[in-house]
Amino acid sequence: MSRHSQNGPIYEVEGLVIDLYTPTVSVRAVDGAGFYVAPGETLAIVGESGSGKTVMTLGPLGLLPEGVAVDLRGTARADGKDILSMSPTDLSRLRGGFFGVIFQDPMSALNPMLKIGPQLAEQARRFAGLSAEEAKKEAVSLLARSGIPDPEDRYDRYPHELSGGMLQRAMIALALAARPRVLIADEPTTALDATVQAQILALIRQIQKEDGIAVILITHDIGAVSVLADRVAVLYAGQVAEEGSAIDVLTAPVHPYTRGLLASVPDFRSNNATGTKEIPGIPPNQAQLEPGCRFADRCELVQPQCRTHRPPLVKVGAGPVPHRVACPVVMAAEGIVTHD
Amino acid sequence: MTDAIVAKGLKVHFQTAAGLVRAVDGVDLTVAQGAFHGIVGESGCGKTTLARALIGLQSATEGQVQILGRDRSDWARSDRKGFARAVQFIFQDPLGSMSRRQTVGQTLEEPLQIHSVGDAKARRARVAELLDLVALPATVLDRLPRSLSGGQRQRVSIARALALSPQVLICDEPLSALDVSVRAQIVNLFARLQAQLGLTIVIVAHDLAIVREVCSAVTVMYLGRVAEEGVAKALFADPAHPYSQALLSAVPSPDPRIEATRPRILLAGDPPSPRNPPPGCRFSTRCPVVEPRCRETEPALRAVQHGGAAACHLADANIHAMI
Ligand SMILES: Nc1ncnc2c1ncn2[C@@H]1O[C@H](COP(=O)(O)OP(=O)(O)OP(=O)(O)O)[C@@H](O)[C@H]1O
Ligand SMILES: Nc1ncnc2c1ncn2[C@@H]1O[C@H](COP(=O)(O)OP(=O)(O)OP(=O)(O)O)[C@@H](O)[C@H]1O
Ligand code: SF4
Ligand SMILES: [Mg+2]
Ligand SMILES: [Mg+2]
Repeated sequence: MSRHSQNGPIYEVEGLVIDLYTPTVSVRAVDGAGFYVAPGETLAIVGESGSGKTVMTLGPLGLLPEGVAVDLRGTARADGKDILSMSPTDLSRLRGGFFGVIFQDPMSALNPMLKIGPQLAEQARRFAGLSAEEAKKEAVSLLARSGIPDPEDRYDRYPHELSGGMLQRAMIALALAARPRVLIADEPTTALDATVQAQILALIRQIQKEDGIAVILITHDIGAVSVLADRVAVLYAGQVAEEGSAIDVLTAPVHPYTRGLLASVPDFRSNNATGTKEIPGIPPNQAQLEPGCRFADRCELVQPQCRTHRPPLVKVGAGPVPHRVACPVVMAAEGIVTHD
Repeated sequence: MTDAIVAKGLKVHFQTAAGLVRAVDGVDLTVAQGAFHGIVGESGCGKTTLARALIGLQSATEGQVQILGRDRSDWARSDRKGFARAVQFIFQDPLGSMSRRQTVGQTLEEPLQIHSVGDAKARRARVAELLDLVALPATVLDRLPRSLSGGQRQRVSIARALALSPQVLICDEPLSALDVSVRAQIVNLFARLQAQLGLTIVIVAHDLAIVREVCSAVTVMYLGRVAEEGVAKALFADPAHPYSQALLSAVPSPDPRIEATRPRILLAGDPPSPRNPPPGCRFSTRCPVVEPRCRETEPALRAVQHGGAAACHLADANIHAMI
């Protein structure tokens, strides 16, 4: 695989398959997907709700939904080390220090019974090796750095005393407390208004520049992708439909799903009222997957072979950042040739 | 036509160890029947508190609320079930509104049981219909809310709120956990219900593009008060309040090439704490065009060019500041 970045990937997942078993159903949440991210780079992962974005990114770190049996296969490397064969203690150390995670559900990461500040300080003390006093200072400065007004006062507040947006900023502070090298931000700005979102994205970018960390941004917000991402991976029903530079994927999408997805993004500044376009139909039932392309049932271009053969992810275009698409039909229809 | 919701002088103050938090601090709000009314504004400006106070989930420190022409607290007290059927709320955190132990099927059927709607068969049919409405497959019925993805959960909570065919639906951020395509499905669903059933919808939302696209009216809040209100498209085309201008300017373009070069208004400073709002205009600590009088007198809402109203000393029916 060719890499556009000078430095190799710092977190890299290949051929990942994740099956989740609950007492009533089993779900193939991730079905042979992969991604990589290099230091200083932002990879955005977008895709339908339930397409596996969260599970694919956090699963290899052992952060999987509770109360389900999991079968996970494939390869995952952090800083060149195989993490799937790591002992639970090593993995948990890696998780705490190497990776910083901003969880989709803020309440799941913050303990509701403890004040915000001490939770941050504990994280900083444990993983960044600070003394108790330094850790408290660090916690206050993290709160301030995350744009929380009145940080000294907020230090002593319980999570329920903060607004949704402030909690989200506290989460960012928490994720940064251990000074991670890979920041995984799962929907970091959806609970925030546009001005605070702009601040948070600027904050993530600034921290990324200062510390050279890699960022994985999981989001539904194409605007946030447009602000922050260098590369984008589009996930559909547990598989990567398309990946490439943010400019290629957002302005010249090729896969029919990516095109449908982007068509349903209203452009705030466009003057022609586009209405909100939806992709008709619903994603496949991941408990009963058919062979072939996962998008076949909803695709306008569908051909008989789409239902029998899984389309491979192939390189299109010759740009420096590989642009890959899993749809031979659209390529044939539009005369797009592969550069593999 | 009566208005669906009329709130007058609504205040919600929280007593905390650190002092009085003025989360909602004097809000008048009128929502026309059949309207799709958006509430937007900075995180922490009191949108959730306002939405909860409208329906009585949060008791107001001061002020009154009328819903469908009736005093809300009288109605909720004298006819709790009737009120609950007519007025539904969708929470910002979908898990908070569901029992952890109930399957999706039970979660959706429960309101129908409580209100004795139909027999078991009719209820099952209604549940299936609700799943269809929110585009969820029947296989989720046996699952626990916790085992669903964020967007799937949110759709379950929307389906549950629609179960009893309410007349007024108040939703706190119902869209933020959804991907854009499902978001479009839900928004179109809301619009359909509104057109077909005359449903009145109040939606707290951060996605301004969606608000502009679908809402008939919009209220912009800042620090516990209304900064500006009006017809959504007209207000968004020509916002009169400097805060609204900054808010709209912050919406990113989905095209990274435009985003990289687009001029933006960046607000300096942090929003003040609702524990101690500044004297005069609440936006005066961050307003790029602030004048001395702004720090002294609080501007009242007045009619502005787009036909709605704004609370800014520099705005009136003929002219407003441009930051
Ligand atoms: N605890 C669980 N038990 C069973 N299935 C689960 C569990 N958590 C997630 N899943 C399933 O795994 C699949 C992938 O879920 P995941 O949370 O990764 O989706 P996502 O792309 O992050 O969605 P969203 O955008 O809604 O957060 C979904 O089909 C989901 O229903
Ligand atoms: N129970 C409470 N006790 C004390 N303060 C509270 C309480 N609930 C809310 N607040 C405060 O009231 C203010 C308004 O909060 P609210 O949740 O209504 O904001 P919001 O506009 O919904 O924000 P967001 O967009 O982030 O969800 C915030 O400063 C918050 O910290
Ligand atoms: S009243 Fe003054 S401070 Fe307030 S928004 Fe208008 S110009 Fe700015
Ligand atoms: Mg997710
Ligand atoms: Mg809120």
